[in-house]
Amino acid sequence: MSFISYLINGISLGSVYAIIALGYTMVYGIAKMLNFAHGDVIMVGAFAVFTIVSTLGMPIRLGIIVSILICTVLGVVIERVAYKPLRNAASPLAVLITAIGVSYLLQNVALLIFGANAKSFTSVVSWSGIKLADGQLNISGVTIVTILACIVIMIALTLFINKTKAGQAMLAVSEDKGAAQLMGINVNGTIALTFAIGSALAAIAGVLLCSAYPSLTPYTGSMPGIKAFVAAVLGGIGSIPGAMIGGILLGVIEIFGKAYISSQMADAIVFAVLIVVLLVKPTGILGKNIQEKV
Amino acid sequence: MKMKELNKTTKSNLITYALVIITYIIVQIILESGHMSSLMEGLLVPLCTYVILAVSLNLTVGILGELSLGHAGFMCVGAFSSAFFSKCTAELLPSGLRFFLAILIGAAVAALFGMLVGIPVLRLKGDYLAIVTLAFGEIIKNLVNVLYIGIDENGMHFSTKDSISLGLQPGGKTIINGAQGISGTPNDSTFTIGIILVLITLFIVLNLVHSRDGRAIMAIRDNRIAAESVGINITKYKLMAFTISAALAGVAGVLYAHNLSTLTALPKNFGYNMSITILVFVVLGGIGNIRGSVIAAVVLTLLPELLRELNDYRMLIYAIVLIAMMLFNSSPKAIAFREKYSLKKLFAKKSAKEGK
Repeated sequence: MSFISYLINGISLGSVYAIIALGYTMVYGIAKMLNFAHGDVIMVGAFAVFTIVSTLGMPIRLGIIVSILICTVLGVVIERVAYKPLRNAASPLAVLITAIGVSYLLQNVALLIFGANAKSFTSVVSWSGIKLADGQLNISGVTIVTILACIVIMIALTLFINKTKAGQAMLAVSEDKGAAQLMGINVNGTIALTFAIGSALAAIAGVLLCSAYPSLTPYTGSMPGIKAFVAAVLGGIGSIPGAMIGGILLGVIEIFGKAYISSQMADAIVFAVLIVVLLVKPTGILGKNIQEKV
Repeated sequence: MKMKELNKTTKSNLITYALVIITYIIVQIILESGHMSSLMEGLLVPLCTYVILAVSLNLTVGILGELSLGHAGFMCVGAFSSAFFSKCTAELLPSGLRFFLAILIGAAVAALFGMLVGIPVLRLKGDYLAIVTLAFGEIIKNLVNVLYIGIDENGMHFSTKDSISLGLQPGGKTIINGAQGISGTPNDSTFTIGIILVLITLFIVLNLVHSRDGRAIMAIRDNRIAAESVGINITKYKLMAFTISAALAGVAGVLYAHNLSTLTALPKNFGYNMSITILVFVVLGGIGNIRGSVIAAVVLTLLPELLRELNDYRMLIYAIVLIAMMLFNSSPKAIAFREKYSLKKLFAKKSAKEGK
């Protein structure tokens, strides 16, 4: 029975990774850059909810909505101020180093405002969950809500990309920026929209993550952020269903690693997965192999 | 007799070496005359450590064109392997020979880890190295904190639980004690040895950059496909540069470890913050500019000590420096702006007008 409960916990953690990985993969697909600050947007989202709900005493729903708005605006601002001027830079390292700078900036601003001590985050899900098999199998409310949220987001995003004009524009820009511009697509707007969606998802991921693991520090976002990147690579970077599969697989691997191998080695196991993927199939499970042409 | 004309690179290299040697002489004079405060004296060896780290990271970031975010991890590996060796052989070998061997061991172990990280990652294109090295740095730090190694007449014992589960014979001793780290490492590092190591590091990196291999590495950085098409083995050269960079970081770790009586792996010294601090040295000094890294490392190590009240904001300032430097140096618009309003050009215009 513990196996099933580990599996469900793994899927739940994996759903959070999948939501974060979606943001990574969309930004990577369209801007061809690794957004190191993505993990810290998660932290900002969680702190926004914490401040609004625990400190100001406002209702939880309002907190979540405001947090999503804050993160969306933050994502677009980061893109405009820090990444857009470097989009055509000669060295690909420039934007990467700026992204690290932004990530570091967010962490340190949070550190100055909230301090280094861990805050205890009140779960946004008050439902206690369900008991199965005569109370032997206990599934918490957060776990169920997380998995459901992940499925809803996945379906909505797939529909958005395939059925709407803006979604099609995203695909076009990720395929070829120059050609998309010639076809009359607003490239800057599309990239900003991608950052907005990615950051809104990060806010949701932050709230779900902190509801399940209720300790909130300025560094909360960085490790899940990196692991979500591993998930995106595992599933095939640039692919949306890939991010989903990669995220859930990685969550299950991590929880099983923690349960059956060693809790201190769990992080190492996750990165061993990355190394194996890079050695065996660098394009990931659903990634396409793109031949480079001169 | 006319002196042989030195070419431009030799001259530039000599200036870099001269800068280090002159600094050394000045510091020695101040030390002899007793005007150095004990705070500054304590900073001398760490200063050498940071300079070596900055130069070695610049080899990866500036010359190879890949981003490494785990430089503190390689330093950590070098520090712990060498401190382990020094402590095991503390009574067996004379201190000079022991420290020399410790440096070689620290460099070799860090190089080995560099290769292990590099082999799967460097054959790919893309930003994988940044993420893998970042993960490596964090994992190494965590692993060292749960590692227990002891030694007795039956040989070495390993454990990841606690020092009791090592099962040592009476008379055996614990060498690496988990989160307590290694204590009682012989303090072999001195400022003189530090400066010698800085000079050796500069010698290795500057000679590599201007050698045939160095040109191959820079060709890969500038255009991977073109480099490949003229027959350069991309993975080999990338791996070479990265391994050397890791080995030099390991040397910095050796110097660091033998300056402390207790070596522990904390987020402060071997964590992500440290890797970012080194990256700030490289970015501020100029990516690809070795001399710049040396100067930036010295200035940014001394400045926070002099401006103690800003200590809380140090990391915030570093973050802003990173963003501002990249925007100012690499954004096409900023480059155009600087060309339009550069001082050189303004003066040239003025003198041209006056000439008329």
